[in-house]
Amino acid sequence: MALSAQQIPRWFNSVKLRSLINAAQLTKRFTRPARTLLHGFSAQPQISSDNCFLQWGFKTYRTSSLWNSSQSTSSSSQENNSAQSSLLPSMNEQSQKTQNISSFDSELFLEELDELPPLSPMQPISEEEAIQIIADPPLPPASFTLRDYVDHSETLQKLVLLGVDLSKIEKHPEAANLLLRLDFEKDIKQMLLFLKDVGIEDNQLGAFLTKNHAIFSEDLENLKTRVAYLHSKNFSKADVAQMVRKAPFLLNFSVERLDNRLGFFQKELELSVKKTRDLVVRLPRLLTGSLEPVKENMKVFNTRLFKVKERHLFLTYLGRAQYDPAKPNYISLDKLVSIPDEIFCEEIAKASVQDFEKFLKTL
Amino acid sequence: MGSAGLSRLHGLFAVYKPPGLKWKHLRDTVELQLLKVCGPAFAHLKVGVGHRLDAQASGVLVLGVGHGCRLLTDMYNAHLTKDYTVRGLLGKATDDFREDGRLVEKTTYDHVTREKLDRILAVIQGSHQKALVMYSNLDLKTQEAYEMAVRGLIRPMNKSPMLITGIRCLYFAPPEFLLEVQCMHETQKELRKLVHEIGLELKTTAVCTQVRRTRDGFFTLDSALLRTQWDLTNIQDAIRAATPQVAAELEKSLSPGLDTKQLPSPGWSWDSQGPSSTLGLERGAGQ
Repeated sequence: MALSAQQIPRWFNSVKLRSLINAAQLTKRFTRPARTLLHGFSAQPQISSDNCFLQWGFKTYRTSSLWNSSQSTSSSSQENNSAQSSLLPSMNEQSQKTQNISSFDSELFLEELDELPPLSPMQPISEEEAIQIIADPPLPPASFTLRDYVDHSETLQKLVLLGVDLSKIEKHPEAANLLLRLDFEKDIKQMLLFLKDVGIEDNQLGAFLTKNHAIFSEDLENLKTRVAYLHSKNFSKADVAQMVRKAPFLLNFSVERLDNRLGFFQKELELSVKKTRDLVVRLPRLLTGSLEPVKENMKVFNTRLFKVKERHLFLTYLGRAQYDPAKPNYISLDKLVSIPDEIFCEEIAKASVQDFEKFLKTL
Repeated sequence: MGSAGLSRLHGLFAVYKPPGLKWKHLRDTVELQLLKVCGPAFAHLKVGVGHRLDAQASGVLVLGVGHGCRLLTDMYNAHLTKDYTVRGLLGKATDDFREDGRLVEKTTYDHVTREKLDRILAVIQGSHQKALVMYSNLDLKTQEAYEMAVRGLIRPMNKSPMLITGIRCLYFAPPEFLLEVQCMHETQKELRKLVHEIGLELKTTAVCTQVRRTRDGFFTLDSALLRTQWDLTNIQDAIRAATPQVAAELEKSLSPGLDTKQLPSPGWSWDSQGPSSTLGLERGAGQ
């Protein structure tokens, strides 16, 4: 009836599938027996969750093995299978099963642990048992890639299922650390529900989060305020959804900054409120991107389109449309739009105004 | 000076409508430009449009201002022909016959030659010639009618579908080709459809890349005002220049005589007015 002391450490391998938090809880629960049973295992209940992994990994190196629970009936074979396949990632049901089984058996365990003799890693084990030891490499304390942690992080697994490209996120260490620490149920789920509420579809969430992973560090209340601000400016729900989709960083900007940007475009381009709205809905990157190129070419944007088009077509017809600064006879954008017609014809196009007029009548 | 000039502004003039501009916006712009001169005195100015051009088409657009708007109706009733240059592109077909429409089909066009195109244009002209006579409701039994028909001076003076009085190819460099079309009762869309049908006749496909009106009645490209010239002075001059012609023309179309004088127009147009009007009124069985 008594469990072989050798079998106890094998049980620990099955808990590898659990999430960080649960693992920490588990170690806390088994502090007492661990101290008595496993010499190599110095349980420290105060350890932080990621450190936990580190130590966890090291300790289980020697002691992890398959657990053949002699007292469990049909569940034993299941346990075997689940433990053997413990290396496969993101098996939620499996981990659940092992959790269930383990928690059930852990009750039994607790009672019987007192009776068991202390287990030493120096204890000789038989060949069969040695073969059955499955030792995963320990989790590294610091890594360049999230790949090492994906197996053990429910958060990361769920994000991958959503379609988030972790290879892009791991290039930003702060973001990657943040994601590792966040709890899916508590933090991330709230954020996802909020984004869905804004109007981003399920299949678009992955792309959005890949670009804007920093949104998790934003306060949900702030985000809601910003969306409310946009609604107050008469952007419809569909408009806001489209803007956030095209410019993922939009909601990271404070209300003040959004307001400044909207005002800037309305003033500089002398647009009506409705036209500014249309412009921003179609090109939300104007709100998030740099204003340098806009400011530089302000004159061009304020010139009527037909004027630029006519002049360009005339130059093309004459073969003088040279817009490459490196080549000779270069014509700058500024000159193309700002100078009056007569000077344009004489200096730039080297033609008469009559020729220009004749050309215009062929369009 | 401004308001006085504006109150005396009556008559017809032509502008050159650029592509991409709706005729309504053009009319509004001209009205605005004229009102700018003496703002508060005039709230509105009657500016009317003659034969319209759709947004993508370009060319001569006749406007009337003040009492000139009445003349627009008279011009319409004169049923004058108009000249267009129509550019086509071989090799594809779209749903609205324009180059930027939704692509329906792509074909090769190596087999198309200038001769084939000319032949097709001649066929088109011939069939429309027949339609011209038919829609004119002319009793061809009279000697005058016969002579006019021989000289090709007949045209319908009431509503009819688009009729092509002349069509020829000015330029052929596959896949591009340029046609000159003289027609009446047309719409620009029908002209684009014509390009499409020419493509089909050539056993290939074609889309229309440009429709440009070069003459509307007696207003030609030379007298058309460009965008930069849409101001009071230029418009006044244009009206002044056009007035005698307008008067002569409309008088002719109202007069009952068989006046076979041809109007000077570029190229080879044959639109003389006058005689057809009386003949058109005859309700004899058209033959």
